[in-house]
Amino acid sequence: MSILHTVNKSPFERNSLESCLKFASQGASVLLMEDGVYAALAGSSAESQLKAGLGKVSIYVLGPDIKARGFHEDRLIAGIKVVDYAGFVDLAVDNDKVQAWL
Amino acid sequence: MSEVVKKFMYLNRRAPYGTIYAWESLEVVLIGAAFDQEVNLMFVDDGVFQLVKGQDTAGIGMKNFSPTYRTLGDYEVKNIFVDADSLAARGLTQDDLVAIAYEDMDTEEEIENIVEVVDAARVTELMDESDVVFSF
Repeated sequence: MSILHTVNKSPFERNSLESCLKFASQGASVLLMEDGVYAALAGSSAESQLKAGLGKVSIYVLGPDIKARGFHEDRLIAGIKVVDYAGFVDLAVDNDKVQAWL
Repeated sequence: MSEVVKKFMYLNRRAPYGTIYAWESLEVVLIGAAFDQEVNLMFVDDGVFQLVKGQDTAGIGMKNFSPTYRTLGDYEVKNIFVDADSLAARGLTQDDLVAIAYEDMDTEEEIENIVEVVDAARVTELMDESDVVFSF
């Protein structure tokens, strides 16, 4: 069963991403959205955690949420894929289920 | 009429858009500005994300309230502080933040940017000096 995990909380405020990466299975997909997108920023204290995650799961970030918060793709950790809302729908369809880490 | 002037601190610790806290804080600051109190705005933890420049919310269908921060000087808000450690932990520098100008209407003195990055000891000091701290 392939799962799309969604994380919408800041990694500096909650442990949603940490738990998600801990329990997600090898090869799963993780989409960072809303305040979860801050985890994708290069140079932050959450970078090592996310980079470790990239070795286990595919990590996506919702572009409109990055833009809303004043950032561009050049600030993101390499290896993270940016998707738009249509890409979000594709991820939801391509996986068997969606699991939210609130 | 002599009025008691208190030192108010607005303590902002949340990122914008994900929750309503940042916007609510800004609204209260603007309402509070009508009461001629001494106001400090403090941004720590994820609150520093509120001041990131270049926010564009067109894609998420929410109001972009970040331009309002640049008008705070016009509301007699003269002191805006950002915790240096919080910035560094998020991979940010002051260059990532908006600049907020202030002009003293009496002396015509202009300050180009009242956003000041301070260390933890200064944050502590400013909190201790405050009569009231509003948390958001």
